[in-house]
Amino acid sequence: MISTGENAVRAGGSLLRRVRSALDPLTTLPAHRGQADSGWLAVTILCEPQDIDRDNLPEPLAELGDRIEARVHAAAGDKGTELRVRLRESSPGPAPGRFSGTDSQSDLRSALRRAKQLIEVGEVLKVDPTPHGERASTPGGLLLEAWTRTAPKAGLR
Amino acid sequence: MKAVTWRGVNEIGVEDVPEPTILNEHDIIVEVGLSATCGSDLHLVGGYIPAMRAGDVLGHEFMGTVAEIGAGVRKHHVGDRVVVVSFTSCGQCWYCKQGLWSLCDNGNPNPGITEALWGQAIGGCYGYSHALGGYAGSHAAFIRVPYADQGAFTIPDGVSDERALFASDAAPTGWTGAHQAGVGPGDVVAVWGAGGVGQMAARAALLMGADRVVVIDRFDNRLEQVRTHIGAETLDYEDVDVAAELREMSGGRGPDVCIEAVGMEAHTPGAQHVYDQVKQQMRLQTDRPAAVRDAIYACRKGGTVFTLGVFAGLVDKFPLGAVMNKGLTLRGAQQHGHRYIPEILERMSRDEVTTEHLATHVMSIDEGPKGYQMFKDKEDGCVRAVFRPAS
Ligand SMILES: NC(=O)c1ccc[n+]([C@@H]2O[C@H](COP(=O)([O-])OP(=O)(O)OC[C@H]3O[C@@H](n4cnc5c(N)ncnc54)[C@H](O)[C@@H]3O)[C@@H](O)[C@H]2O)c1
Ligand SMILES: [Zn+2]
Ligand SMILES: [Zn+2]
Repeated sequence: MISTGENAVRAGGSLLRRVRSALDPLTTLPAHRGQADSGWLAVTILCEPQDIDRDNLPEPLAELGDRIEARVHAAAGDKGTELRVRLRESSPGPAPGRFSGTDSQSDLRSALRRAKQLIEVGEVLKVDPTPHGERASTPGGLLLEAWTRTAPKAGLR
Repeated sequence: MKAVTWRGVNEIGVEDVPEPTILNEHDIIVEVGLSATCGSDLHLVGGYIPAMRAGDVLGHEFMGTVAEIGAGVRKHHVGDRVVVVSFTSCGQCWYCKQGLWSLCDNGNPNPGITEALWGQAIGGCYGYSHALGGYAGSHAAFIRVPYADQGAFTIPDGVSDERALFASDAAPTGWTGAHQAGVGPGDVVAVWGAGGVGQMAARAALLMGADRVVVIDRFDNRLEQVRTHIGAETLDYEDVDVAAELREMSGGRGPDVCIEAVGMEAHTPGAQHVYDQVKQQMRLQTDRPAAVRDAIYACRKGGTVFTLGVFAGLVDKFPLGAVMNKGLTLRGAQQHGHRYIPEILERMSRDEVTTEHLATHVMSIDEGPKGYQMFKDKEDGCVRAVFRPAS
């Protein structure tokens, strides 16, 4: 049995590729295809619409200032409030950049998630520093580290 | 502190790692009393779940004593004896408020990975890869517990450590399956897998009023535990035609509810196993779903099949025709333990749920690699290897 972390990472990367290509033909199309047209990123937050002030958004979004616009609507079925945000000046990028958190909206995506947590929970969940043993500096390990670092900014839309 | 770590595929280590610290207001630090191996870990050990890094601390089923509390924690005090649910869930989002705790929107700091894989991110889990949050696991002297008011539960005085330990994962997972599958009085329930999870699903089904509960496996010692400690019937799939036996036990109908507690590394006798294993090794399918297929064929028309076993991606030869034409309900979930643990602890204190027998091998952290090897190979009747960091 070959015993390297790299193997598992390769298995993981392969898992993601298989699942994505089986489920989402867009990932195999040229880069300009598969963009979300509107550029709006949305989350549903369990609060009343009046709890979100568009002119006084939570800190992570407020930091982006005039670069973004926001919309607030009550969600159907008592699911809370839909908060939509988008960059005024930049269009959303193709899927591979979104999955790796390297597209033009990555900071906005992360800010939106943090804003939701601040409203719902009152703080943003952290995970680092977390106890761990020796990290082998295999290519697979480094790749996963990079992926994990950008994962808070990565997403489907 | 010493910790049991994932070093690579089929490679478990014992390493010195830094102690955890409070990072969020709602955190506590727990001094781990007991920490169990779980069938889910075997999927990590075998390399079937992505996003493990060498050095990651394993373990997500544990109990212990509160050692430190964050400024925002209300429910706990230093010195409390607690059991902690495997999932990290906020308690404030819509999913948590619906009782669907493992689907929490705010429990996973790395949501991008599972969003890409499954379309939406689910909550986080201790020691369960960077896809489920990258949290350190519990096979160590101390562990950080975020959202502690939601996820840590005080253990009633009369309940032993060895019993309460399994209120972390095995028992609430069993409760999730039986309850979400809608088990009720008069039902015939079949459970595939006689590990900790299958046994607890069977116990939950009996307590929810099922008329007959039967557990299917091939390991005598596990089936013996089911008869002795759970009070359910058993079938050895290497000795009997399971589908035929189940039909006979249910007046020709098939079980009303079929709970699969085996997961992505299911074993099958014969050629199908070779087929599944080769396809999985070649990454042409990521998961081996033998028990799910059996459950779907066995289930009565209009019945419910529930997958408690963990799957990561794609399966092959999935009998969708049977699901559709027989009008089945197919469901699955990671455990929504927060919802069931208070009831489980209460029932444990009344001896209605006993779990000590699952801890067949209790050992020190130093014996981590041996514990995983025994659990994986089911050696010496191992049902769960349990680590006691203080020993
Ligand atoms: N949904 C959740 O939240 C959750 C929580 C914990 C564990 N799990 C999953 O539940 C599954 C079981 O966990 P466990 O700790 O009991 O594992 P385990 O390895 O101790 O037990 C699995 C049992 O399944 C049996 N088995 C294998 N192939 C079978 C088949 N074809 N038919 C019938 N039985 C078969 C094995 O002999 C074994 O006894 C795993 O996939 C685990 O990942 C899910
Ligand atoms: Zn588990
Ligand atoms: Zn939540």
